[in-house]
Amino acid sequence: MTVETLIALAACALVGIGLYALIAHPHPLRKLVGFNVLGSGVFMIFGALARRGAAAGMPADPVPQALLITAIVVAFAATAMTVALLLRLIESTGSSALATEPPSGDGDAL
Amino acid sequence: MSTEGGLLLAAAVLLPFVGMLIGMLAGGRMAQRIAFVVMPLGLAVAVGIASAWLDGSGPVVYLLGGWSPPLGIALRADGVAVAMMLAVAGVVTGIGVFALADFGTPKGGAESRAAFSYWLLLLAVWGALNLVFVSGDLFTLYVALELLTFAAVPLVCLTGSGETLRAALRYLLFALTGSLLYLLGAVLVFGAYGTLDIAQLAQRVQPEIASWTALALMTAGLLAKTALFPLHIWLPPAHAGAPAAASALLSGLVIKGSWFLVVRLWFDAMPGVVTWPSAQLLGALGAGAILFGNAIALRQARLKLLVAYSTVAQIGYLFLMFPLAFDAAAGRIAGGLALSGGIMQAISHATAKSAMFMAAGTIYSALGHDRVADFAGLARALPLTVFAFGLGGIALVGLPPAGGFVAKWWLLSAAASSGQWWWALVLMAGGLLTAAYVFIVVTRALRAPGAPLVIAPVARLSEMAALGLALVSVLLGLLAVFDMRGLIAGRPSMGA
Repeated sequence: MTVETLIALAACALVGIGLYALIAHPHPLRKLVGFNVLGSGVFMIFGALARRGAAAGMPADPVPQALLITAIVVAFAATAMTVALLLRLIESTGSSALATEPPSGDGDAL
Repeated sequence: MSTEGGLLLAAAVLLPFVGMLIGMLAGGRMAQRIAFVVMPLGLAVAVGIASAWLDGSGPVVYLLGGWSPPLGIALRADGVAVAMMLAVAGVVTGIGVFALADFGTPKGGAESRAAFSYWLLLLAVWGALNLVFVSGDLFTLYVALELLTFAAVPLVCLTGSGETLRAALRYLLFALTGSLLYLLGAVLVFGAYGTLDIAQLAQRVQPEIASWTALALMTAGLLAKTALFPLHIWLPPAHAGAPAAASALLSGLVIKGSWFLVVRLWFDAMPGVVTWPSAQLLGALGAGAILFGNAIALRQARLKLLVAYSTVAQIGYLFLMFPLAFDAAAGRIAGGLALSGGIMQAISHATAKSAMFMAAGTIYSALGHDRVADFAGLARALPLTVFAFGLGGIALVGLPPAGGFVAKWWLLSAAASSGQWWWALVLMAGGLLTAAYVFIVVTRALRAPGAPLVIAPVARLSEMAALGLALVSVLLGLLAVFDMRGLIAGRPSMGA
């Protein structure tokens, strides 16, 4: 097994773990961690592809690396925004639960 | 090579963002003033792109820095992009005029935080949408999609109440999961074909396991962002809880961004990868959205939630075009009537739903509530607003000469010519259900009140803005006279 395949397989595991955490955990902070694990998996696959797609004599294909940096910045901004929202939510309601009773009036017959 | 008018594409994207940045630095009341400077300029740029596109023979192209793909980034505007850009410019301007009542700052007054944020986010949504429409490669589209999310989420929680913060957080988590799935798909595409440029991809992509997986991942992620049934649960609280001027933007325009990306993928990037069952599945989800969303909308006691669930249903119509555009003989997605119908439906819904959310907002601020059961006498108190709501409803139901009528006509014709009669049944059942809840609201408003109705004064300008957009949605169908169909889909688009 080549190093690239090993990294790609590990990345697949990360994607699976992250997706599971995002869907299964009710707490938003855990979901956020899941989002970051999932993101790391995606970035690792990209890294493995860069290595596999390298032209002869080059250590890696530079295009995925350039894109990867942008994607990491975007994911970082997303994480910061989620944390900020979560803090505001705790500040104003005292709880961080996402699940709520349905909005008032929902489902009432006219 | 960049074509004539290509620079306008960069302007369409940059103008709102530059306006937003200047507004952010200048602060205070400047944000609002700058928004109103950018609106006519943005409209002019959209018209300029449309005329450049009409004069040329293919899409309008701009290569950033003169570098051509796959190393460089190309901005391209084809017929569908031009149509969507014009529609978005018009709707943003209408919403901006409406928002003056809620978020306008009187002379000499200090600007509130919510107002300051609103005008900046309005521009950011506009810029992000334009980038979605003109992006020529999958990674730029990913960035555009994230920009759209970052601009849309704060709009949900402008009021800062706990309920809206929760709705915003839920929306953000859905959207982020969706974008990562999209990015994973894009990464797989790059790994398999070595390019992310849509035009090059269309020629290289093969129907095989890599492209199927990538397309499935990207589509699933985008469906979560578009709120297609059964991934719609974040939408009603988010859209119904936001201030009316923000709801109109979210419901009318923001969801079209991720939907447009699905169109790009299925029609332009990978038309040959799509299989018959996958197109049918997407259509079935759309049908589920139409029936479920309309049925729940019928049961809503509050107007804003009713309009929000109606959006859930209308998103379904946007996905009926995929099975209808499938050419079974060639085994691939083809443009034509179904594509024109889908784009027309998107534009019609953008104008009509914005108008309806604005009308609902005006009604809420006039009455202090939006319980449909207590609307008696409203038509006499707020005739313009109830008229605007009714006109928007007509466009959603699809009565002639509304844009919704033309859209459904084209979709029905596509259903007939491809022998897929079951989608025609869904189209018609959805229209009946839509008519039912629009009818309920309008008849309640027309009833004579038991006691004289006391209403708070409302801004005439806001009423006129809602009415203006509603009129546009009703008169959109007249555009069909000018052979809009041929304009939208009659020319080779991205692949050319």
